[in-house]
Amino acid sequence: MKALEVHNLRKEFTRRDGRGKRRVAALKGVDFEIERGECVAILGPNGSGKSTLVRLLSTLLLPDGGTATVFGRDAFRDTRAVRRMVNRVSVEASFFKKMSAIENLSYAARFYGLRPHETKDRIPAILTRVGFPADRRDEPMENLSRGMQQKVALARALLTAPILLLLDEPTTGLDPRSKQEVQEFIREVRAEHDATVLLCTHDLAEAESLADRVGILDDGELLVLEPADALKRRYRSATLEEAFFAASGHAFENGDREED
Amino acid sequence: MRTMSLALRHELVGLGGVIERNIYLVKRYIWWDVAFFLWTVANTLTIVFIAKGIPAVGGKIDVEKVTTILLVGAVIWAYLGIIFEILTETVAWERWEGTIEYTFMAPLSRPVHLFGMGLFAIGYGVVRAILLFGVVAAFFGLHLPDADYVAALVVLIVASISFIGIGMMTAVLPLISPEKGTQLGFVAQGLLLVVSGVYYPVSVLPQWMQALSVISPATYALRGCRAAIIDGAGLTDLWTEIWALLVIGAVSVPLGLWTFRTGERYAKKHGKLKRSG
Repeated sequence: MKALEVHNLRKEFTRRDGRGKRRVAALKGVDFEIERGECVAILGPNGSGKSTLVRLLSTLLLPDGGTATVFGRDAFRDTRAVRRMVNRVSVEASFFKKMSAIENLSYAARFYGLRPHETKDRIPAILTRVGFPADRRDEPMENLSRGMQQKVALARALLTAPILLLLDEPTTGLDPRSKQEVQEFIREVRAEHDATVLLCTHDLAEAESLADRVGILDDGELLVLEPADALKRRYRSATLEEAFFAASGHAFENGDREED
Repeated sequence: MRTMSLALRHELVGLGGVIERNIYLVKRYIWWDVAFFLWTVANTLTIVFIAKGIPAVGGKIDVEKVTTILLVGAVIWAYLGIIFEILTETVAWERWEGTIEYTFMAPLSRPVHLFGMGLFAIGYGVVRAILLFGVVAAFFGLHLPDADYVAALVVLIVASISFIGIGMMTAVLPLISPEKGTQLGFVAQGLLLVVSGVYYPVSVLPQWMQALSVISPATYALRGCRAAIIDGAGLTDLWTEIWALLVIGAVSVPLGLWTFRTGERYAKKHGKLKRSG
């Protein structure tokens, strides 16, 4: 059974601007599959449809067409089962800012059925694992740096032992050291937990270093999905940036569109 | 059978999580709560002083009785405000903090999520209502020897079932309109109380408003609490009010859940289930 199967997935949003209301396609019939334990990076500039894809797979959006299954369960019909298997880390850490890391993780764990006696030792242990200092566990989240908050976000995702981990720009805005620590941790999680990872990023180096296969998503279309080396060979490119240019017809940094 | 009991256990743990989170928030915002309570006391005093003011301008009333009538109205107004506010925060506060996506993608059923918010709201609201009543009653030196406080509390808790049902309907508003949805919740609270005789008997209302008062749970909550506190009516005397509240609750809770689910589906279709709306 595939960890993730996505077929002809389509999503449009209504956008209001000076010209009135219009429909804008965020995903235009995306197809791909991920094997259990695999790490796939979807590479694309801002507004290419990466976050829409993650939000669809997180059961936060309904598609306009197509299907998505997570370990054989329909992501749009069998949402309860899918939610038990999936967790995510997004670009914004997103916590109750006055509450501490421990408090944020405690209540979040309950939503996944973890009882207090199960999380009493597990939360401190997982915070230690992500390199979160023990003396800051009870501080309000608003006192913590972005890097620290992102470590707590990783801990929150791992606490529920997801078998599909959705990472949406997990290292964007982090300083180089925090970025490296988060990337190390993603490798560790894959190695130790047999988790399948879908990493959406616009960091080319991150995609190349973490993923088994790299997909190029541009303007809502998945142009290609292959191992990084095969991708570079296909487009006779020395770097992923050049491969992106060859596949999409424009430079990576010029591809930004408004996020939906 | 085992799968069902496991699922039930998960839901109960999740329900505990909703309450646990709200307790953390009260703890972290305790001074804001104290300030808000002082504001509610001041607000209630301004209303209850009306009873003292009427004789001062030549009116003839039973000051103690009118003071109690106004106090019960003000306490129920404040209680209903808390229930609606907490339920509306199911979406509004989460959107503001940015946690909305994580909460709505968690494997917690929506009814349990909303009931968790409702249970916390009742607990928190009842404590606030008792404190408010006690402080203002002491301020005016009210002497209520016949009051049956237990009966009043039971009426308030039974009424809360309906209030939660209606609160679920208002909770969906910030999901549909991130900018103005919360304020619309206050509009619903005001409309509910104006037809329910919050500071006056419903008989003074125009006929069409009296018709609306029949389906408002606040009408029976106000009538029942006043009868228990002023006349010392016990639970057996209040059966008419309790029965009406149970019937309204049996309708409003499923309707509230359906409304919220419909709103959530709309939000998922239109991409509104996210931080920025």
